[in-house]
Amino acid sequence: MDWNFIIFSVVKIAIVIGVVQGMVAYAVLAERKISAWIQDRVGPNRAAPPFVKAIPGLGPFMIRLGLFQPLADGLKFMLKEDFTPAGVRKVYFWLAPAIAVIPSMLVIAVIPFGSQLGHQQMVIANLNVGILYTFGIVSLGVYGIVLAGYAANSKYPFLGGIRSSAQMISYEISMGMSVIPVFLIVGNLNLNQIIGWQAQHGWLVLYSPLSFIIFLVAAFAETNRLPFDLPEAETELVGGYHTEYSSMKFALFFLGEYSNMIASAGIMVTLFFGGWTLPFWGLGQSAGAFEGNTALLIGIAHILIFVVKMLLFMVLFIWVRWMFPRFRYDQLMDLGWRKFVPLALVNILVTAVVLWMMS
Amino acid sequence: MIVNRKPLTFWEKLYLPAIVGGFKVTIRHALRSLFGGKTVTMEYPEQKWAVPPDYRGAPYLVKDQDGNTKCVSCQLCEFVCPPKAIKIIPPGPAGQSADRSNAEKMPQEFEINMLRCIFCGLCQEVCPEEAIFLQKDYSLTGLSREEMIYDKEKLLALGGVHGGIQKWKQKLEEAKEQETFPVKV
Repeated sequence: MDWNFIIFSVVKIAIVIGVVQGMVAYAVLAERKISAWIQDRVGPNRAAPPFVKAIPGLGPFMIRLGLFQPLADGLKFMLKEDFTPAGVRKVYFWLAPAIAVIPSMLVIAVIPFGSQLGHQQMVIANLNVGILYTFGIVSLGVYGIVLAGYAANSKYPFLGGIRSSAQMISYEISMGMSVIPVFLIVGNLNLNQIIGWQAQHGWLVLYSPLSFIIFLVAAFAETNRLPFDLPEAETELVGGYHTEYSSMKFALFFLGEYSNMIASAGIMVTLFFGGWTLPFWGLGQSAGAFEGNTALLIGIAHILIFVVKMLLFMVLFIWVRWMFPRFRYDQLMDLGWRKFVPLALVNILVTAVVLWMMS
Repeated sequence: MIVNRKPLTFWEKLYLPAIVGGFKVTIRHALRSLFGGKTVTMEYPEQKWAVPPDYRGAPYLVKDQDGNTKCVSCQLCEFVCPPKAIKIIPPGPAGQSADRSNAEKMPQEFEINMLRCIFCGLCQEVCPEEAIFLQKDYSLTGLSREEMIYDKEKLLALGGVHGGIQKWKQKLEEAKEQETFPVKV
């Protein structure tokens, strides 16, 4: 038993989960603030612990930005009554929120969020089948939603569950097929190797832009974000699959949705935008190639680069939500099956032919 | 009615023009509200609506220009008040007399329960002394039900001064004129 490995893995897991939870909380704030700005509003600007107002200049500014709103939201979720309606199937009702959260957390395990700090690789699990594992886990995510819809024993969650199962299964196909050209080009499934290849040859979005576009759209559908938020369409289904949930169980669905966003942003950065690398200032190399303090600095810089790239994608996710109306159900299916699946197939074929001609 | 819709062109079917248009509109609004400060939100406790002149807010008692209580405890408002929000205790035969000369009485206690008041304005309409007016306050808050029952002192303090013809003062002057002979009026 390698104790060193276990201890460092536990530390990495704890830090990553903590960071992801914090990012989820502030992603909700960003969602509210960005939506407010787009809609000519102000957004949350009141919540503040009592001592903050006393800080001159900075205090009121932070309150105005709503930086303490997530704390208040979290506290509210904790203190709300956790109500279980009478007619629900209790086991599934309790199981569903957990199943909704866990896959998104598991996906984050294989995403390399930095090169190296000291001798530790900045990835929780450096799997050789990284992306296959991701797709395997992501497809579990639908069970949380379907179970929630089924267990609630109520019509709106039921409709939400049905929609979500159809939608997520449909888009998983185009999502899975969209990345095949990436692996044809790189010839490896390990995410770290993919990043290494991109550091040498340039970002994959330049080689296979169509893959990226299909993946991006499918990611919107997989995370149930507008314009594909049919499973929780507020205007049609009250709250969709989580209508009957309250308190922390509702918060878990929220957490699951936003961690999914973070995970898919991370995967997109890794697959198409060079992960933790930047093509200039010598940031393309792993920090292991340097010595002493430089290595440490570059390691930290890599983590920051990855986080910034990911945040840009999060902003895109949020921005798009406040831009488009929801697709109709038949349009959604049409787009998934009759546009993206053939497009992804053609993309695979063309990439394969081009690679064959070049070799 | 059947609307004739043009079939979409290939370019439009790609959704791309709509996506670019959406980005343009939203970024314009976001930048305007972020840096231009042009939001439609009214930040309530700091900014408030201008209340129109005939607004019916909370009813308060008023004083005349000499600082005297105008109410003479006739209890008309108490009787007319639809939700029975007003409670008046008159001074009684041996009670305290009014704080201005020639007026017979003033209320010993005058309470308005602001939780019951419906701001209908009947008290103002019925008052023969112009002693109670619906004023501009619309956000009355308190921590308990008791706190929301406004007593005479509070109502007078909130009501302020509302000058008028002061008919009791004129009656007093008329009476004084009667003392001398020949009567001038």
